[in-house]
Amino acid sequence: MAITLTETAAKRVEKFLENRGKGIGLRLGVKTTGCSGMAYTLEFVDEMQAEDTSFESHGVKVIVDPKSLVYIDGTELDFTKEGLNEGFKFNNPNVKDECGCGESFTV
Amino acid sequence: MALLQISEPGMSAAPHQHRLAVGIDLGTTNSLVATVRSGMSTVLQDEHGHALLPSVVRYLSEQEIIVGHVALAQQSKDPINTIASVKRFMGRSLQDIADRAHIPYRFVAGDGAQSMLQIDTRAGLKSPVEISAEILKTLKLRAEKALGGELTGAVITVPAYFDDAQRQATKDAARLAGLHVLRLLNEPTAAAVAYGLDNAAEGVYVIYDLGGGTFDISILRLSKGVFEVLATNGDSALGGDDFDHRIYCWVLDQVRSNQQHFNPLNEEDTRLLLTKARQAKEWLTDNHEAQIVCKLSDGSFVDVTLTVDKFVELTQNLVTKTLSPTRKAMRDANLNIDEINGVVLVGGATRMPHIRHAVEDYFKQEPLTNLDPDKVVALGAAIQANVLAGNRSDDDLLLLDVTPLSLGLETMGGLVEKIIPRNATLPIARAQEFTTFKDGQTAMSIHVVQGERELVSDCRSLARFELRGIPPMAAGGARIRVTFQIDADGLLSVSAREQTSGVEANVVVKPSYGLSEETITGMLQSSFNAAESDKQARALREAIVDAERLIEAIQMALTQDGEQLLSAPEQQAIQANIQALQVLCKGQDSQAIHQASEALNHATETFAARRMDASVKQALAGQDLNSLEL
Repeated sequence: MAITLTETAAKRVEKFLENRGKGIGLRLGVKTTGCSGMAYTLEFVDEMQAEDTSFESHGVKVIVDPKSLVYIDGTELDFTKEGLNEGFKFNNPNVKDECGCGESFTV
Repeated sequence: MALLQISEPGMSAAPHQHRLAVGIDLGTTNSLVATVRSGMSTVLQDEHGHALLPSVVRYLSEQEIIVGHVALAQQSKDPINTIASVKRFMGRSLQDIADRAHIPYRFVAGDGAQSMLQIDTRAGLKSPVEISAEILKTLKLRAEKALGGELTGAVITVPAYFDDAQRQATKDAARLAGLHVLRLLNEPTAAAVAYGLDNAAEGVYVIYDLGGGTFDISILRLSKGVFEVLATNGDSALGGDDFDHRIYCWVLDQVRSNQQHFNPLNEEDTRLLLTKARQAKEWLTDNHEAQIVCKLSDGSFVDVTLTVDKFVELTQNLVTKTLSPTRKAMRDANLNIDEINGVVLVGGATRMPHIRHAVEDYFKQEPLTNLDPDKVVALGAAIQANVLAGNRSDDDLLLLDVTPLSLGLETMGGLVEKIIPRNATLPIARAQEFTTFKDGQTAMSIHVVQGERELVSDCRSLARFELRGIPPMAAGGARIRVTFQIDADGLLSVSAREQTSGVEANVVVKPSYGLSEETITGMLQSSFNAAESDKQARALREAIVDAERLIEAIQMALTQDGEQLLSAPEQQAIQANIQALQVLCKGQDSQAIHQASEALNHATETFAARRMDASVKQALAGQDLNSLEL
């Protein structure tokens, strides 16, 4: 399995990294908080940790820590617009249930 | 499904706890809202893809209020109830608006002479604060739709020359719109932040801001993460609209010379031609000539071609007009052209190539233009809002602002004691101890003033309050600690506390409204020009205060025991000296007052010695030598 980005998402990440002026890639993760147990995190990466796994998708380096990987392996990250709002969206095949807002989930 | 943004490493927010912060450029002509998404500052657009919201509010009825493009389009239909450029009235009293005869609104004076004006609309009396709040509400709504949640807070930009009254009015408008103000930020500072100039260690930057109807030039110095405003200048009646107007007049001349009968234009034609003129101006930024074609209401056609060269010829003196305040600001800041590290262009009008060239020629360097000049202030405000809302790690320096003018209080003789100096970084608190001037004084009046001059009469009065209940003590016995505190938005509170008894009084400076831009720059300028005469005036007042204190002490001594200790000629000699000094105190010669005070001191030396002897004798009289603790 792997973590992938859609092409749109990859282009956006590249743009944001370029604008930020530093960083080696994008970190996807989960935190154990939120109304349904788990919550996604999305961060810039300045340095990799020894235990991290990394993937390459459309030229963007995606980094995941081993604890998070079990919850999000197989996820495709997309970038979409909803009305005036825009942002990243996790398409995670492991999810059984998510809270109404989709910010947290259970597996 | 919520949409996520990329956070800084380790700064991911818990679900539903995203700190959504925006930057708002509340402009005279247009307003914008921006936010930082995935580390990138972006201006938020409305449903129609417009980033700029015209700062125009139309009152249809009590409930129905239109803001923005639609209100702007209806301005000529309903000029009395459609308020544009309300920023010019923020924190202003009716007297401050010199050109109100040319403005179609029905102005109503505020309650006090110096309180903020109001505008009578179909929906009732509206203050500039309420009207601005409508613009802010519209932007808030747009931001909440775009960010999918409630806003944590906003940074709102204000011109660097805005005084306390105008800043307070802006804050009030935000509160009324339901926005939490994280910070008010100076517009030029925001522009500098947008370009990341705050990341440099230090430097001096010029912000050249030519908006729709106003021109501002600011010179900032960055040192240790603090932007200090070195000088501001400008022209509150010069902007991109004047360029449109030049084209408009030229078109009319062309049409008149070609046509025998030319009907006077009605309001709709005027508006149409002005719009065409603006479009031509914008077109000429990237093209050599512009076609101006339209059909007027009387059926006649306008069809003229404007070349770049002609446009430059028509408007070059407007461009030159911006350089005069620029030179003044440079002179105020005492800087040479080669000391400027960067020039930032702000305002849509700075897209015009001949403006860029003029700025480049003057400063001998290419100005920064890669950010959209209409958006740069909002973008910078958003970056600052993002930091203040806590979305960045702590090691990011917080940007600070500085006080535009010194703050102090009145001391004896109408002199100003400065407590917080000009250009002090905010927030700040400074305290100083004062004491009573007279024996048995139980109250003290505290007069808070703003300005650079030495005399109270030359500064602006901000507030007055009284500290009562000071226990009666000898003059100089009471210890009164006066604390000046300015919060991060530049708003002032002053408290006074008598240290021995603990009595306290304080005031939050809700400043009397209305210190104009010209007044501020004028106040600064006059403090430089008048430095020498101020110094003399201060010396004179100090000499007078000292002399009066001396006379009072001596007269009290004379009434107590002058009769017993002094012969009649001795008393007359002292009286003569006192009178001489009193006469000099009415004059202007501080040196002479000093000398006469010295003479009076000298004349009373014998008297003072005898008083001392007498009081020692009195203390010792009838006492056993052994019981004295010597």
